[in-house]
Amino acid sequence: MIYELAQLRQVYNGRTVLDIPRLDIEEGEVLALVGPSGAGKSTLLRLLNFLETPTAGIICFAGQAGGAASLAVRRQVTTVFQRPILQRASVQANVGYGLRLRGLKVDGQVDDVLAEVGLQDLARHAAQTLSGGEMQRVALARALVVEPRVLLLDEPTANLDPYNVALIENLIREQNRKKGTTVVLVTHNVFQAKRLARRTGLLLGGALVELADTAHFFNAPCDARTSAFVRGEMVY
Amino acid sequence: MDELLRGIEQAMRLIASGDGALAEIVLLSLRVSGLALLISTLCGVPVGAALGLSRSRAHGLITALLYTGMGLPPVVVGLFVYLFLSRSGPLGVLGWLFTPRAMVSAQVVIALPLVTGLTMTAVRSVDPGLRVQVRSLGATRLQEAWAVLLEARIGVVAAIVAAFGGIISEVGAVMLVGGDIEGKTRVLTTAIVLNTRQGEFSLAIALGLILLALTFAANVALLRLQGRT
Repeated sequence: MIYELAQLRQVYNGRTVLDIPRLDIEEGEVLALVGPSGAGKSTLLRLLNFLETPTAGIICFAGQAGGAASLAVRRQVTTVFQRPILQRASVQANVGYGLRLRGLKVDGQVDDVLAEVGLQDLARHAAQTLSGGEMQRVALARALVVEPRVLLLDEPTANLDPYNVALIENLIREQNRKKGTTVVLVTHNVFQAKRLARRTGLLLGGALVELADTAHFFNAPCDARTSAFVRGEMVY
Repeated sequence: MDELLRGIEQAMRLIASGDGALAEIVLLSLRVSGLALLISTLCGVPVGAALGLSRSRAHGLITALLYTGMGLPPVVVGLFVYLFLSRSGPLGVLGWLFTPRAMVSAQVVIALPLVTGLTMTAVRSVDPGLRVQVRSLGATRLQEAWAVLLEARIGVVAAIVAAFGGIISEVGAVMLVGGDIEGKTRVLTTAIVLNTRQGEFSLAIALGLILLALTFAANVALLRLQGRT
């Protein structure tokens, strides 16, 4: 297991936004988390990326439990956010940023990953001048170049055109297949979850209502709320 | 009008001739304001950045104090620095009154809130999402702060340029604490006041043109920097 979460709770201003008694994530799997806005999906990703400390509970990473994660642990996980924020620098400089943070030499690996995302011709362009889809690809390249053990994706293809959606999904698939990267994907796009994930979980009101193999989740859900959600009904 | 034009003509000749007295005044102005700016930058940028990155309970109060400091009249600053450095003042033992050190001190009091406050504003204006995203890439707190400061760099440089423009052109503070002593504490602004009063218009105009050129250069630099954002 790469993650073992136990009695995980997150409370903001007296309001419980996440309450998960148990969640295990296998190394190398692609896990999709679906649910309405405000269900706690992004909060869970922030906790998995050790960007916040949980109000209660334990997050074990690769068998190591404990309070605040060390820098070495934090650097094995990275997130691609729905709205990528790039620095006022070239595409190349943005992609190499994570390597420079780690004190690593920035060499051909930036060019290689830019080629993978199809942006090799824009390497020297100012990142701020790119389109939304191109910026998201730069953000993905920035995450992939540091070769994370876990890749967290918070609605990475929201607001993108079908071409960019397909391109990014392919990159995620390849990253998982070739490098064995664990992927946790938060998405509103249930079809995307079907295409990419081995397991899918439904979050509602901070609770993990159902977690199952993707085929089982969509074709024969156990929980009535999951059935309603899969059918496209409003579930709160 | 004729007198003005004659004054300008003579001023240009003075500047072109590299007049020694003129050069001494200009150099002292640049040394005093340059040193005050350096001290204000070294202190103000880190403090402003720290204030911009943090959110303490005293935040509102600190911001109000900074904004008040930014609007302090230079002559009032000069008055209080004078009182502190006078023989009967708490720092009178330093013996700095009517020396360039007193002038630098007064200009630091003027420039420091400007540099600090404008740096704080520039840092706060950086998208807060950037901090989360660089942290998710594995940045330490220090690396995160540096990333934000880099993003705010144009605003920070603008703060420094604005502070320079403010102190090179002020007269109240340096007149009070420096005393406009020839060869010792006479700078561009105090020399303009003196020479105008004495009817030495050509020298006053020459000094004024140089001061204008310096403040113009500072504002052009500021506009170019802002144009890049």
